[in-house]
Amino acid sequence: MVLDTSSPIAREATLPKCPTGIQGFDEISGGGLPKGRPTLVCGGPGCGKTLFGMEFLVRGATEYDEPGIFVTFEEKAHELAENVLSLGWDLKELEARGKLIIEHILVERSEIEETGEYDLEGLFIRLGAAVDAIGAKRIVLDTVESLFAALPNELILRSELRRLFRWCKQKGLTAVITGERGDMTLTRHGLEEYVSDCVVDLNVRVKSDIATRRLRIVKYRGSEHGTNEYPFLIGAGGFSVMPITSINLDYATSSERVLTGVNRLDTMLGGQGYYKGSSVLISGTAGTGKSSLAAAFARATCAGGGRCLYFAFEEPVSQIIRNMGSIGMDLGKLMDAGLLKFHASRPTTYGMEMHLLTMYNMVKEFEPDAVIIDPISNLSAVGGEEEVKSILTRFVDFLKGQNITTLFTDLTFGRTVGEYTESAISSLMDTWILLRNIETNGERNRALFVLKSRGMEHSNQVREFILSSDGLELTDAYLGSEGVLMGSARVGQEARDFEESRLRGQELSGKKRSLEAKRAALESQMAALKQDFLSMQEEIEAVETAAKAQNAALFKDRDMMAKIRKAD
Amino acid sequence: MTENEHTQHVNAPWEAGDFYHLRLYVAGVTPKSLTAFANLKKICDEYLEGRCEIDVIDLVESPHLAKEDNILAIPTLIRRLPEPIKKIIGTLADTERVLVGLEIHKRTDAPS
Repeated sequence: MVLDTSSPIAREATLPKCPTGIQGFDEISGGGLPKGRPTLVCGGPGCGKTLFGMEFLVRGATEYDEPGIFVTFEEKAHELAENVLSLGWDLKELEARGKLIIEHILVERSEIEETGEYDLEGLFIRLGAAVDAIGAKRIVLDTVESLFAALPNELILRSELRRLFRWCKQKGLTAVITGERGDMTLTRHGLEEYVSDCVVDLNVRVKSDIATRRLRIVKYRGSEHGTNEYPFLIGAGGFSVMPITSINLDYATSSERVLTGVNRLDTMLGGQGYYKGSSVLISGTAGTGKSSLAAAFARATCAGGGRCLYFAFEEPVSQIIRNMGSIGMDLGKLMDAGLLKFHASRPTTYGMEMHLLTMYNMVKEFEPDAVIIDPISNLSAVGGEEEVKSILTRFVDFLKGQNITTLFTDLTFGRTVGEYTESAISSLMDTWILLRNIETNGERNRALFVLKSRGMEHSNQVREFILSSDGLELTDAYLGSEGVLMGSARVGQEARDFEESRLRGQELSGKKRSLEAKRAALESQMAALKQDFLSMQEEIEAVETAAKAQNAALFKDRDMMAKIRKAD
Repeated sequence: MTENEHTQHVNAPWEAGDFYHLRLYVAGVTPKSLTAFANLKKICDEYLEGRCEIDVIDLVESPHLAKEDNILAIPTLIRRLPEPIKKIIGTLADTERVLVGLEIHKRTDAPS
C-alpha cells in the first residue's frame, strides 16, 4: 500500500499478523489481524460487520492463499452469495475451488426443548469437518450471538463459546467474530469478555441526513495501532478504510515551480508560478473568475505534459468545457488526450468522508500532478466547518505527501467579502489568491491580488483580471490622481490622459517652432552685423594705408626740402 | 436408515398406538452421551414399550450428519416420527420434560 512507509504504525510487527487485504485496514492495524487469534468486530445493524468478515475471507482466499470458512447463523448461503456478487465476489466459484466454505447454521429456538446438560460438540464437529476439508486458515463467525436466542441455558453457552474461541486458537485459525452492539457495551452479550486480543468497532453516524461509516480499533493486544476513528466506505470494490489521518507533517517539499496558466500571474508570483506540491486557494465572490483561473491552471499543467484531476462540485463537465471554450480554452482536447480528468458530483450526494475517499481513490488511480477542487465551499453544505476543515487538512496532507499541486476554489459571499474563507482553511494554504468584484461607475470589474504566497517573493499589487475570448489577462489597474480605476473608467481615464499628453505635445512643438524662428532671425542679424564689421575693417585698413602713404610722402618732401636748403 | 420400514406406520399416525422413531445424536462415548442414552432407554421402556425405535448416531464417525440434520448441541434427541419433528437437547434428565417434549402420553390413556 502506498502509505506503508510513511505511517508510523506500520513500522514493525511485534505480533504475527494476518493481512486482511481490506484497503487501508492493514495500514492502521500495522499489518492486519492477530494471526491465529480471534478478533471481535462489533457494531450496530447495517454497519458492515458481515461484509468485513466476508472480505477478510475473500481476500484471504484470492490474495493470500488462505482458505476460509464463513459460518453464518443468520443469512443463508445463497443469500450471502447474492449479496456480495455486486462487489465482484463469486462465492460459488471460490467454493468450487475449495477456497471457501459457507456453513449455514440454522438456529431455531421454538423447536428446541432442553433438559439436562449438553454441550455444543455438534457445532465443533461441523466446523472441524469444514476446516479439515479445505485446510482453512481463516474463519468468520457471523453472528455467534444468535445462539443466545436459540439456547436457553446461558451458562452452558458461555462456557461453550469460550471453548469455541480456544478451539479456533488451537486450530491456528485467524477468526473474526461479529457481534451486535449492546446498549452500554460493545456487544449485546458481552462477547468482548472472551475475545480480548483485538476488538474492532464499526459504526454509522447520521448527520444532516448524511450517513458516515467509521471504524475504530478499540484494542489490539500486543500491537501498536491507530487509535482514531477512521472513515470507511463500502464501495464497488468492497471495504476501504481511509488511513490518511495517520499521515504526519513530514513530507518533502519541492522547490520546483509550476506555471499558473496566466503569464502575468506567474510574474506576480516571483516570476515562476506556484510551487509544485503546494496548496493554492482562490477565493472570491460569485462570478469573479475562480473556475476560469482553475481551468487555466489545469490547461497549463496539461500543456507541460502533466496530468490534472478536476473535481467539479458545482457544474457538470459539459458545461465547464463549454464555458471554458468561450474564453479560449479547449479542455475537451485535453480530456481526449487523457491528461485531464473530471469528476463531477453534487456534494450532497455523499457524506464528507465518502467524498474524501472517492477523491483519495481517484488520486491513487489517476496519479495526477495537479488536483483541482471547484469549489470547496459547496462541501460545507454537507459537513460542518470543523468537519470540512479536518477532511481538507487530511486531503491536503495526503496530496502534499504525493507532491501533487492542489488548487481549491472557494466561494465567499458578498457580506463576508474579503479575507475570509468559508471553511476556515486559509491556514492550510500556501498561496492564496483573492478575486474581487469592484463596483464603480455602474459596472463591476474583477480584481485580483495575491494575499499570501509562502516561500516566494510576490507582488503586492492589485491587478485587473480580464476574461475575454482570447483568454485570461491581467492588466495594471489605473493608479493616478483619481485613485484606483478599473474597467471602462480605467480605459476612459487612459484616453483622457492620452489626450492631455497629446495637447501638451502640440503646445510644446508650437513653442519650439517660434523659438526656432526667433533663433533664425537672430542668426541672420548676426550675419549682417558680421558683414558690417568686415567692411568696417576693410575701411580701417584702407585708411591706414592712406595714412602710411601720406607719411612717406611727408618724409620724402622733408628730405627734399633739406636738400634744397642745404641742411647739414 | 430404517425410515422405509416404518413408513407404513405413518399412515395411521394419530392413533393411540403411535410408533415413535427417535434418533439420538452423540459425539463419541462420553459420560453425557451415556447418561442420555440410559435416560432415553428408560423412558422408552416405560412409556413406549414395543412401539419405538432408537437410532444412535455418533457424529464423530459420521460428521456430515451434523450438517445435514443441523445438530449443534450434544446430546440431541430428535423425534423423527410421528411428525412433526421435535428436538430435545441435553441428557434427558427430566423425564417429565422429555415426555412433554416428545408429546408422549401414557399407555394407560389408551382404550381398553
